[in-house]
Amino acid sequence: MKNDEIDTSTRLSTLVLKNPFMLASGIMDEDAGSMIRIAKNGAAAIITKSIGTKQREGYANPTIVEVDCGIINSMGLPNPGIEAYGEEIKLVKKKTSIPIIGSIFGRDEKEFCLLAKKMETYGADAVELNLSCPHAKGYGLEIGSNPEKVGNIVASVKSSISIPLLVKLSPNVTDIVEIAKTAEKNGADIITAVNSVKAMKIDIETGLPVLSNKIGGYSGRAIKPIGVRCVYEISKEVDIPVVGVGGILTAEDAIEYFMAGASAVQIGSAVYYRGVEVFKKLNNELKEWMKRHGYRKLLDIIGLAQKNRRG
Amino acid sequence: MKNEITCPRIVEIKNTKIEAKNIKTIFFNFPSKNIIPGQFLMIWIPGLDEIPMSVSYISDREIGFTFRKVGEATRALYDLKKRDKIGVRGPYGNGFTIKGEKILVVGGGTGIATLAPLIEKILSTKKRRVTVIFGVKTKDELFFTRRFRNIDLKISTDDGSIGFKGVASELAEKIINNEDFDQVITCGPEKMMKKIVDICNSRKIPVQASLERYIKCGIGLCGQCCIGEGLRVCKDGPVFEGDTLAKIPEFGYFKRDASGRKIKI
Ligand SMILES: Cc1cc2nc3c(=O)[nH]c(=O)nc-3n(C[C@H](O)[C@H](O)[C@H](O)COP(=O)(O)OP(=O)(O)OC[C@H]3O[C@@H](n4cnc5c(N)ncnc54)[C@H](O)[C@@H]3O)c2cc1C
Ligand SMILES: Cc1cc2nc3c(=O)[nH]c(=O)nc-3n(C[C@H](O)[C@H](O)[C@H](O)COP(=O)(O)O)c2cc1C
Ligand code: FES
Repeated sequence: MKNDEIDTSTRLSTLVLKNPFMLASGIMDEDAGSMIRIAKNGAAAIITKSIGTKQREGYANPTIVEVDCGIINSMGLPNPGIEAYGEEIKLVKKKTSIPIIGSIFGRDEKEFCLLAKKMETYGADAVELNLSCPHAKGYGLEIGSNPEKVGNIVASVKSSISIPLLVKLSPNVTDIVEIAKTAEKNGADIITAVNSVKAMKIDIETGLPVLSNKIGGYSGRAIKPIGVRCVYEISKEVDIPVVGVGGILTAEDAIEYFMAGASAVQIGSAVYYRGVEVFKKLNNELKEWMKRHGYRKLLDIIGLAQKNRRG
Repeated sequence: MKNEITCPRIVEIKNTKIEAKNIKTIFFNFPSKNIIPGQFLMIWIPGLDEIPMSVSYISDREIGFTFRKVGEATRALYDLKKRDKIGVRGPYGNGFTIKGEKILVVGGGTGIATLAPLIEKILSTKKRRVTVIFGVKTKDELFFTRRFRNIDLKISTDDGSIGFKGVASELAEKIINNEDFDQVITCGPEKMMKKIVDICNSRKIPVQASLERYIKCGIGLCGQCCIGEGLRVCKDGPVFEGDTLAKIPEFGYFKRDASGRKIKI
């Protein structure tokens, strides 16, 4: 079997992906130029930086700190605002041919609907709701941990756009499955799990938290087992596709997610650990692994751990 | 193995030095073996801010950065004294690559700080020769003029209080018209660098410029500092070659603020 006989393409609702590796929101995706570079490096789709209704500078530095087995960030949702972001989406759409998914964050249904409609008008191929940012007051996880709010927002966004709707969830809830089921019931087409995990770093010489916002979100290697668990639990209970994200550095990491039930994965921190070329590297490594294990199609791996489970 | 330190390391200030009006250097111990001139550090002022600073002095154990007081963070740094503590991570970015033997270095304002260790590196090889232009607004802002031996140092001031009256790029153009150089290296206000890069590109002289953009992560992840087609100033830069800069339409024209919105330079 040759590498090019191995099919790693996948589907998420109506989105067709040439491989299962998408760029996660918030990593080199605030401007068109960066997204074009990522697309040229083999990403199958791009989730944009989360965009809000108004321009936001985010928190003061330090906004990021590397710790054992990962990175803690508290960027604070910096973004140029939805009005200014139109030119970026239009330019990426002109220069690339992969799906561009607009990530948005709002305070309530009204803001989310406005943002989603704008993204659709700009030409985005889908919208991802950030209901999971762990460090922004009044946004993200503060909304995404409340099933009732999630239901209302998903239902109203769904009825205001005609492109697929992804809902990105946080592992920092008592029952992520309940939230995922609520999203599905209210019209979500795809679930993304997980966002970064609430965490903190204290500098012991000064006795101060390093991040200016004190609390941030943990990403990278350390959170992979958490993400895999969430994807496994969600996939078991919902019928819509699930996208895995959290701590994927190698194809083996991604394969765990596929086996847990993920139809595709998103790559964030690995852009730091393995460079912008990480997307090409992962797809090649995945094909090599599939060849060694006698798989021709990615679809044969997806959900394997679900099928193999007893009881 | 990584060379850089990615979680702020707390260091004690060994010394400070006033270099010129509102310009100061802070010295401290930090691993210096792998620092390349042109690389930068993220300096954490605990409880206040974290900002990028080029390494301006590199010696065996001690290094330093030299800065101008411009806003809240640099004002706080300016007030720090010996034995105060700051957090340091880095070194980050690519640094300069020296090419050839006859080199012209053009520094404007605090860009001079970034270029200083480069000048020392150029001088560490006997056969190399360097012409240096330091451009500032007025005489009081000049620093590092007595730091180097064996350089051909030229000064420009906007007000003519000392040296050539005018901007550094005008003086550079005059010199380039009269002498051949293997390479030109510049750091300073972007408009000045843009002129120098254009002059060099049109004459096919290899040129490098060190850029500034708003830095957050400093490790090439967040995308805040990207220019052109996804070039990260913090990781792929801050030093870029003339031919790369020729393809970056915003070079010399606009940058992005902390929210990612475009602002005029
Ligand atoms: C790679 C690099 C190397 C630098 N090296 C030096 C140096 O050697 N000496 C020196 O004096 N200055 C240097 N600077 C500029 C220095 O970082 C800013 O002057 C400093 O951040 C100002 O902070 P402030 O709070 O005092 O000023 P503010 O009032 O906050 O801002 C003044 C200016 O500094 C800019 N600035 C603020 N925060 C940042 C940030 N996180 N990243 C980039 N720019 C910022 C603002 O956009 C504004 O233009 C460098 C910048 C970069 C990107
Ligand atoms: C610097 C940085 C910025 C991020 N910004 C966003 C964001 O704006 N919206 C969002 O939904 N997730 C954001 N995330 C979370 C990532 O999309 C991803 O869910 C998380 O980092 C886990 O994946 P990883 O381990 O591959 O990095 C950000 C992560 C990082 C490291
Ligand atoms: S500052 Fe984050 S990528 Fe350069």
